[in-house]
Amino acid sequence: MPQCGFSARVVQALQSEGVDFASVNVLDYPQIREGVKKFSQWPTIPQLYINGEFIGGCDIILSMHESGELGNALSEEKVEDGTQ
Amino acid sequence: QSSSTFPVANSIESKLKNQLDPIHLEVLNESHMHNVPKNSETHFKVIVVSDVFNTVKMPLQRHRKVNEILKDELDGPVHALSIIAKSPSQWKTMQDKGIEIAKSPNCKGGDGSLPPR
Repeated sequence: MPQCGFSARVVQALQSEGVDFASVNVLDYPQIREGVKKFSQWPTIPQLYINGEFIGGCDIILSMHESGELGNALSEEKVEDGTQ
Repeated sequence: QSSSTFPVANSIESKLKNQLDPIHLEVLNESHMHNVPKNSETHFKVIVVSDVFNTVKMPLQRHRKVNEILKDELDGPVHALSIIAKSPSQWKTMQDKGIEIAKSPNCKGGDGSLPPR
C-alpha cells in the first residue's frame, strides 16, 4: 500500500471497484513525481487516469466512488476495451 | 492565530475570500496529521461555499479554480490540499441533511521527502 494516506484511500476505492489498475510509486521516480503534475496541470498526488484521461485527485475519486460515478466511468472503459 | 505565525493559512484565506467571495469558508491546517515538524503549514483542507460554483459545476473544474487561486502556495509550501467546493444551495442541502465533511485520511508515514522547492 502507498506511504501516503490520500493515495492509500484511492487505492482502496479502486480495489473495492474490483478493477485491475496499474500504479507508479512516485517516491521512487522524482521525475515522474514532478512531470505528472505538469502533464495534468494538477499540483498534487495521487492522480487517477482512466484511458489516459485525468480524472482527479483523492477528494474527487472518493466522491465519485461514493456516488457510483467511478464505477460507471470504469465500466464504460471495460466496454470500450471489449473485455468484461 | 496571528498571520505572522501562520502566514500560509492567512494567505490561503485572504486569496479565497478575495477571489470567490464565499458565504462560508474554512481553512484547516491538517499538517499535524502528517509526518512533518510541529507548526508546519504543508497540508490543508479548505471548505469553500460560493456563488461562483453555481456556474462552475463539475468538481474537477471547481478544484482547478481553487488550485489556480492558490497556485503560489501549491508551488511553494503546500504539499497537500483537500478541497470541498460547494454552491450555496448544495451547502444548504448538506446542512439540512446533516451531512458532515469526511475526515481527511490518516498519514501513512510518507518517506519524509517533501518535493524540493
